[in-house]
Amino acid sequence: MKLPVLGQNAAQAALFLLLLLALPYTLPNEYYLSICILGALNAVIAVGLNLLMGYAGQVSLGHAAFYGLGAYATAIATSRFGLPIPAGMAIGVSLATVVAWIVAAPTLKLKGHYLAMATLGFGIIVSIVFNEAVDATGGPSGYVGIPRLALFGYEFTSDHSYYNLMAVVLTFVVLLSLNLMKSRTGRALRALHVSEKAAASLGVDIAAHKRFVFVLSAALAGLAGVLYAHYLSFIAPASFGFGFSVQLVVMVVLGGMASVWGSVAGALFLTALPEALREFEDIDILVYGAILVLTIMFLPDGLAGGLSRLTRRLRRKAGAS
Amino acid sequence: MFAGAPQYLVSGLTQGAAYGLIGLGFTMIFNTTGIINFAQGEFVMLGGMLSVCLLGVGLPLPLAIVLACLATAAIGGLMERLAIRPIAGAPAINAVIITIGVSILLRGGAMLAFGKDTHALPAFSGTAPILALGAAIQPQSLWVLAVTLALLAALKLFFTATIQGKAMLACSCQKKAASLVGISVARMALLSFAISGLIGATAGAILAPITMTAYDVGMMLGLKGFAACILGGLGNPFGAAAGGLVLGVLESFGAGYIASGYKDAFAFVVLLLLLFVRPSGLFGKAGVERV
Repeated sequence: MKLPVLGQNAAQAALFLLLLLALPYTLPNEYYLSICILGALNAVIAVGLNLLMGYAGQVSLGHAAFYGLGAYATAIATSRFGLPIPAGMAIGVSLATVVAWIVAAPTLKLKGHYLAMATLGFGIIVSIVFNEAVDATGGPSGYVGIPRLALFGYEFTSDHSYYNLMAVVLTFVVLLSLNLMKSRTGRALRALHVSEKAAASLGVDIAAHKRFVFVLSAALAGLAGVLYAHYLSFIAPASFGFGFSVQLVVMVVLGGMASVWGSVAGALFLTALPEALREFEDIDILVYGAILVLTIMFLPDGLAGGLSRLTRRLRRKAGAS
Repeated sequence: MFAGAPQYLVSGLTQGAAYGLIGLGFTMIFNTTGIINFAQGEFVMLGGMLSVCLLGVGLPLPLAIVLACLATAAIGGLMERLAIRPIAGAPAINAVIITIGVSILLRGGAMLAFGKDTHALPAFSGTAPILALGAAIQPQSLWVLAVTLALLAALKLFFTATIQGKAMLACSCQKKAASLVGISVARMALLSFAISGLIGATAGAILAPITMTAYDVGMMLGLKGFAACILGGLGNPFGAAAGGLVLGVLESFGAGYIASGYKDAFAFVVLLLLLFVRPSGLFGKAGVERV
């Protein structure tokens, strides 16, 4: 008998959480842990962006902006205005959400390359403001002195405690996405990806669904931004520019479109890759570019697609013998 | 109030002409392959950096520039052959990511080969400014405008008077129909990448005496070029050139009258506003669907 849909996902998510929590005990030192934290942060954004890109079929080349809005809002609220950290976090996520809600309506009317250009333009404008509004953001040299995360009297001083928090957050986001995509809303999103006209004729409110998924993915990026700011205690505009927006899209595509687990894999892979290439020193950027090109050439459906093809082939071989 | 206006107009047109050329490169590739080539800015960088490098080994300036442009055209062709053709039939987003990967490769290669320093080419015909209508015009600005116009005229000729050009237009119109009448769509894609490399590199070489060049200038220039061709209406080469001019002038006036730090933002703000009211661009066909 098949388990009910939600129960199925909960079991997967619980297993995922256990794996994540066990991971630090296999790592040789603290340095790897910090990469894992950044990987988990990126995974939260990539899973959110995948809801928009992979499922609903809307490209965003400006998601780094929402990440940055969350980070700067909580940084300014907590360190300049002295607000408590939970309030700062709430402000950060709300700001990303509200801005996304405002830009969604005119932007999501556009299609294809025009949509890509509009989101790209939005992202660039926001990152220029981070750079130029020196009084508020500290400008290009960055914003220092953001308090380390403390919630309900517990201070996340060690990297390990912060990692555990990220594991829980990421699992929660993954579970949310898995369930959303099996819900009525998720089916509507997938339908509008295939054909907006057909979806509309079946009674899907296209504009409302697009706006919902855009705002949700921006809120997740804002959440990651908030957690990033309180983890590093330092933020600079360079982390929230066009380059990072592109990297997020690459994570989603490389992981495999319309696959929640693929986005997690893509995010972890692309976060770890530059670190793994450190030993190549000067030519690391060439190796990075080459891996990117070759992966897309040989794994056109991403890591998730490649894996499922491999297992299918193995299963067929096992069946034949 | 209008004191600086002629000066801003001249520098805006100069910069805008370069954006237009870059946008033209995007259009060439988009029309034949449907791909937005994110390595377009890297072609521009290569045009400038290779010229600087060839000049450095002792070649005369005109020869250095011509060789740099031809080399970039060859790199464009190679890119199509090695990275784009093998994934024919894959979703467009995959092709875009490949072009992003190639742009990273080209940028990294340029950094290794030429170093991280900023370079400038000497101006083609001196730097004594020409005074006209209250603006001091650099001779190089005239070079930029003249070369842009000459390239546009050459392209117009190419598309209307040569069989290759007409074949390319046919591809942009209907790929299937073009291949049915015996046009090799693959060869047209190769040609479009090579011509894009040539146009991009030319823009890079004529701009290098004014704005300097370095291994990492490609990204912003590429983005502006993309903006120019969206502004003009994607797929329309002359729209891209016009879009570039509009973009350059807006940027120059914004930087002059409002705040120079936000120079790069003005172009994109205007672009967003335009897209919101007229989603097909200034000169695009009004066929873009709205929800």
